[in-house]
Amino acid sequence: MSSNKNSKLLSNPFNLENPVTVQILGICSALAVTVKLKPAIVMGLSVIVVTAFSNLVISWMRNSIPPRIRIIVQLVIVASMVILVDQVLRAFVYDVSKQLSVYVGLIITNCIIMGRLEAFAMGNKPWPSLIDGIGNGIGYAMILIVVAFIRELFGSGTLLGYKIIPQAFFDAGYVNNGMMIMPTMALILVGVIIWIQRSYFKQLNEKE
Amino acid sequence: MQEIINIFVRSVFIDNMIFAFFLGMCSYLAVSKTVKTSIGLGIAVVFVQVITVPVNYLLLKYVMKPGALSWLGENFQGVDLSFLSFMVFIATIAAMVQLVEMIVEKFSPALYNSLGIFLPLIAVNCAILGGSLFMEQREYENIGQVLSWGFGSGFGWMLAIVSLAAIREKMKYNQIPPALKGMGITFIVTGLMSIAFMSFLGIKI
Repeated sequence: MSSNKNSKLLSNPFNLENPVTVQILGICSALAVTVKLKPAIVMGLSVIVVTAFSNLVISWMRNSIPPRIRIIVQLVIVASMVILVDQVLRAFVYDVSKQLSVYVGLIITNCIIMGRLEAFAMGNKPWPSLIDGIGNGIGYAMILIVVAFIRELFGSGTLLGYKIIPQAFFDAGYVNNGMMIMPTMALILVGVIIWIQRSYFKQLNEKE
Repeated sequence: MQEIINIFVRSVFIDNMIFAFFLGMCSYLAVSKTVKTSIGLGIAVVFVQVITVPVNYLLLKYVMKPGALSWLGENFQGVDLSFLSFMVFIATIAAMVQLVEMIVEKFSPALYNSLGIFLPLIAVNCAILGGSLFMEQREYENIGQVLSWGFGSGFGWMLAIVSLAAIREKMKYNQIPPALKGMGITFIVTGLMSIAFMSFLGIKI
């Protein structure tokens, strides 16, 4: 059950097949919810849950889905998962759910989920599909958390709402970087993360 | 009338789908290699957006809102189906995209071939679903405002993708560090474009 192949499925998306920086999928939400660390963590967890379980369900049903209407079937299954997640978020963490606003609903159209369903779950057994879903969800959440960490630390001087940068710094003339709160900075940060990753792993470089 | 024009200008420049909300990034980054294809995809997005946003608005108003079903009779007064909105929206969008795909395939095979896989992917383009979800969240009052928002958001998206494609075509001749080539530099360029669009933030209309 936890063979070498399965552990590869889990760990590959962390780095060399990272959904955000290498496959360039699911960028929309990765950028929009990363102003603060807390919504980013909640969003990451929701995506892990939705990818894992929709992969599992589609993989169970893969032999009985007619290929012509598979996109609608996949969308309906993903949409029901997202409705569940949305209702749970509203019940237990209402303030975060308000901050995430439409981006919870947009998990439905998150390309990572559709991409994994098409590329993996339609052709593999349920157990590897579940693992693949969890792996890709974690790969996505990692990038979200890194970006949110940098943006909240330098943009507001806090982490998870707690003050990190001491008051003495502010007294000495330190100011929060207002650019970090702007949507722009998320794009540039992801660009820089891609740059760093590709400088270490040359095989990822694009050829023209 | 003035309100409708305001919504249009806001949705194209200030609340731009790409630069302010990052919606529809996947196809934005993937299809922006040449200006020609990006114009085709842009038009497809505008078209789908203009149809789906008003259709979803009518569905929301007459079927899903609390008490919206009262036209069926007294018994349906208290029915609230708004939790179903995600599923209804996405079903409308998937059906409309199928329709657009068939129309494009029939009338413009060249465009159909160049758009390739990305046409069906409009169904999972966040900008389209996002347009409907923002329509629900902002509670527009009448169909004119909704239409204006649908057209404006699609048009803003098209503007963004066409200008990025134009920049990327020129960028082919630049010397970029190998690790930054392709996606890395595209992200940073988009970031810089979004700074330019931030200058519209001050406009009060």
